[in-house]
Amino acid sequence: MNTSVFAPWEDPNAKPLISFRNVTKRFGSFTAIDNLSLDIFEKEFFALLGPSGCGKTTMMRMLAGFETVTEGTIELAGQDIAAVPPNKRAVNMMFQSYALFPHLSVWENIAFGLRRDKMPKQDLEARVEEMLKLTRLEKFARRKPHQISGGQRQRVALARSLAKAPKLLLLDEPLGALDKKLRQDTQFELMDIQESTGTTFVIVTHDQEEAMTVASRVAVMDEGLLKQVATPDRIYETPNSVYVADFIGDVNIIQGRTTTANEGTYRVDWAEGQAALNATSATEFSNDQTCHLAIRPEKITITADRPENADNVVQGKVHDIAYLGNLSTYYVELSNGTMIKAQAANTRRISRRSFTWEDPVWLSWTATAGVLLAN
Amino acid sequence: MNKLSWFNVVSLTLGFAFLYIPMIILIIFSFNESKLVTVWAGFSTKWYGELMQNEAFLNAAWVTVKVAVFSSTIATVLGTMAAYVLVRGGRFLGRTLFSGMIYAPLVMPEVITGLSLLLLFIGIGLDRGVLTIVLAHTTFSMCYVSVVVSSRLVTFDRSLEEAALDLGCSAAEAFRLVTLPIIAPAVISGWLLAFTLSLDDLVIASFTSGPSATTLPIKIFSAVRLGVSPEINALSTLMIAVVTVGVITASLVSKRATLRQKQDEQAAAREA
Amino acid sequence: MRRFVLIAVPYVWLLALFLVPFVIVFKISLSDAAIARPPYLPQFDWVSGFGAFLADLDFENFIFLTEDNLYWKAYLSSAKIALISTFCTLLVGYPIAYAMARAPDEWRATLMMLVILPFWTSFLIRVYAWMGILSNEGFLNQFLLWTGIISTPLTILNTNTAVYIGIVYTYLPFMILPIYAALERLDGSLIEAAEDLGCSRLLAFWLVTIPLSRPGIIAGSFLVFIPVLGEFVIPSLLGGSGTLMIGKVLWEEFFSNRDWPVASAVAVILLLILVIPIVLFQRNQQKQAEAEE
Repeated sequence: MNTSVFAPWEDPNAKPLISFRNVTKRFGSFTAIDNLSLDIFEKEFFALLGPSGCGKTTMMRMLAGFETVTEGTIELAGQDIAAVPPNKRAVNMMFQSYALFPHLSVWENIAFGLRRDKMPKQDLEARVEEMLKLTRLEKFARRKPHQISGGQRQRVALARSLAKAPKLLLLDEPLGALDKKLRQDTQFELMDIQESTGTTFVIVTHDQEEAMTVASRVAVMDEGLLKQVATPDRIYETPNSVYVADFIGDVNIIQGRTTTANEGTYRVDWAEGQAALNATSATEFSNDQTCHLAIRPEKITITADRPENADNVVQGKVHDIAYLGNLSTYYVELSNGTMIKAQAANTRRISRRSFTWEDPVWLSWTATAGVLLAN
Repeated sequence: MNKLSWFNVVSLTLGFAFLYIPMIILIIFSFNESKLVTVWAGFSTKWYGELMQNEAFLNAAWVTVKVAVFSSTIATVLGTMAAYVLVRGGRFLGRTLFSGMIYAPLVMPEVITGLSLLLLFIGIGLDRGVLTIVLAHTTFSMCYVSVVVSSRLVTFDRSLEEAALDLGCSAAEAFRLVTLPIIAPAVISGWLLAFTLSLDDLVIASFTSGPSATTLPIKIFSAVRLGVSPEINALSTLMIAVVTVGVITASLVSKRATLRQKQDEQAAAREA
Repeated sequence: MRRFVLIAVPYVWLLALFLVPFVIVFKISLSDAAIARPPYLPQFDWVSGFGAFLADLDFENFIFLTEDNLYWKAYLSSAKIALISTFCTLLVGYPIAYAMARAPDEWRATLMMLVILPFWTSFLIRVYAWMGILSNEGFLNQFLLWTGIISTPLTILNTNTAVYIGIVYTYLPFMILPIYAALERLDGSLIEAAEDLGCSRLLAFWLVTIPLSRPGIIAGSFLVFIPVLGEFVIPSLLGGSGTLMIGKVLWEEFFSNRDWPVASAVAVILLLILVIPIVLFQRNQQKQAEAEE
């Protein structure tokens, strides 16, 4: 996917396919969605990511028409969809449980939605065959859902929801029921299908890796609020809050106070007896403002000798090593007790590693490696 | 929990002997030559022959079957509706009263149900006959149907209905095309239960029937009050036979279906 | 609109054929003892109004019930018979349910079917089957005389003993099924844990199995007790003239004496008595359901 070409969200003239306008959803006294606004564009593969109970599923069910909006409006292609019942919406949904009709064959399941539209027999058959081919299910057309494997069921659910060529396809944890290996293969399959059909996909997931892999943009949610909406690389490299930084991947968070050094660079005082850290930031910080420096473990270099010319250097000793095969994560304890994670590729065999448990090591990173966050 | 002690074996043996010996004796003596039901005088099927000649019993049997078919069918429709309302209806005015009226007949003594319905029918001037028995049976058996169906609906995966709506069904279509076919086994067993309850009922039928319509249980009751008779034994044997064949067939069919499903699932898992 | 119809149809049916009849029973129980034919006085007259209607009502029938020993005794003896027979059913049913739960998996479906099968057969026929067994020249007496245990036939039919046997026999499945359901869910390793911690087999059964099957025992007991309280068929076929049960009294009051107001009053009181066990049962079921969530 070429994101530098496909970026309608950066074009101020682009018309969104879906727009949430100040949407609030309450269940009794519980606020599931809190005054949320969001635009999703045509042909996007948009991921709603967050822990369970963050409101992502509610967002999806409001799009499908299974929940009503308490306040605000949701527009689909410029039309308010509040009054449109689920069966009249040009939106289809792939359910987490797949919700395949157990009494109907794979073929009948895929044809189900088309029949509701009273599609002529020949067109219907052609469309079902097309869907079977797209999802490589031709061999299983006559089988019932219980006669096929989990991965095949997932594809039937996808084929069924795509059959009506919806403007928007909603996928509720589509890969949640598959084992890890199958899930990875299926992610790419989903992306291929999304691209070849040109359908807008909105996926709900709690699996950040999945969201990062498949999505053109990711929205990180928490307690009914959007924390950040951006492309996967921006979410990872420049999170806008400690919450997002911490939710996506592994991160070291160092709390401190800022002092302006130059235009865009700051010194961060973070602990008694430790040298101030240098960091750049696009957002402005005032002097003596509380800040959090977020640094990914893989951006920290770990060496046995003190490195020359590094922007930031701290010393500590190896407390623990997590060996992951291709990588190792080193838990380094600094003299004041702070624990910093550093990751290094295992380019050499373990026996030839230059440091091990309890060894003194040096950690270093550049001023641009981390992100300064206000909260 | 799978090694039976001698105590367990004895309990099972005695327990099932207790449950089945009375019926076995009854069946054996339906083939007794003698009119005396307690003394064996040789094998004979003459009581079955006499039963077939007995107009009164045949008429009563016909009335009973008619009542059972009508009442269980209406009860299945009403009971399924009630179950749907209870499980899916959400809040509505008088919901507590409604669910109370569904569960109350299950624990209501039959004498009270029968008495109250009779007083109603007399009060509104409805002549007692097949119609009144059907109304009475429908009322109490719809509650059983609704309990059976609602216990199935509770475990029904709601996303199936949502998927149907999502794919363009109206609510009614979603029920007809998706919900009903899937809960069909529960609806059918509800019907069977209603049918059996109606066939079986003596007390409520006694209150609500008139001289024009006598059901088989009423007939049997008035006959056995006078004592044991081989003709009743023959009739009982026929009824037991029908039920036994029915229950065994039903359990074999359902056992087969589960076995088949399991095999299919295993085959699918192997293929993947 | 559709939802309205869906709710209204069964609702109206139950109102008309379940609730309204009860109101009528209640009303008649408060009417004058006009024998057998409607209109049961006083009739509700919209013109004379509610006040006049109330003024005409009296508790004459209920007072009559308290004055006549028969009714007191019938209620008491119904409760006694229901209590004793529930206990007997538990004693007979528990070992069967316990053995079923311990049986190998492949037997269970069959055993289950064997317990349910009698439930589908006519209640009347099952009671009738015992008439031939318990009578003076019946099979039980023949058998006992043959073995030499007794020398003269025992009189069992038309006594309370026969009623107890009949109740245990017909209501046994209602006791076995809930206990079996509770025992089947019981984790076998709990017993092993108890034995590992020093319990003997018997003590483990007493301290672990029984308490954990208690919900099943309670449910089963209510399922037997509640319907037996108003039982009619068993006392009238197996019981004798000395067997007093309220269901039978109500039946006779209605069909033989044709005293509808008194029959209605008997029904109202029976219903009031039943409210207690029904509420307790309901509570037990609710607690069960909550515990499972």
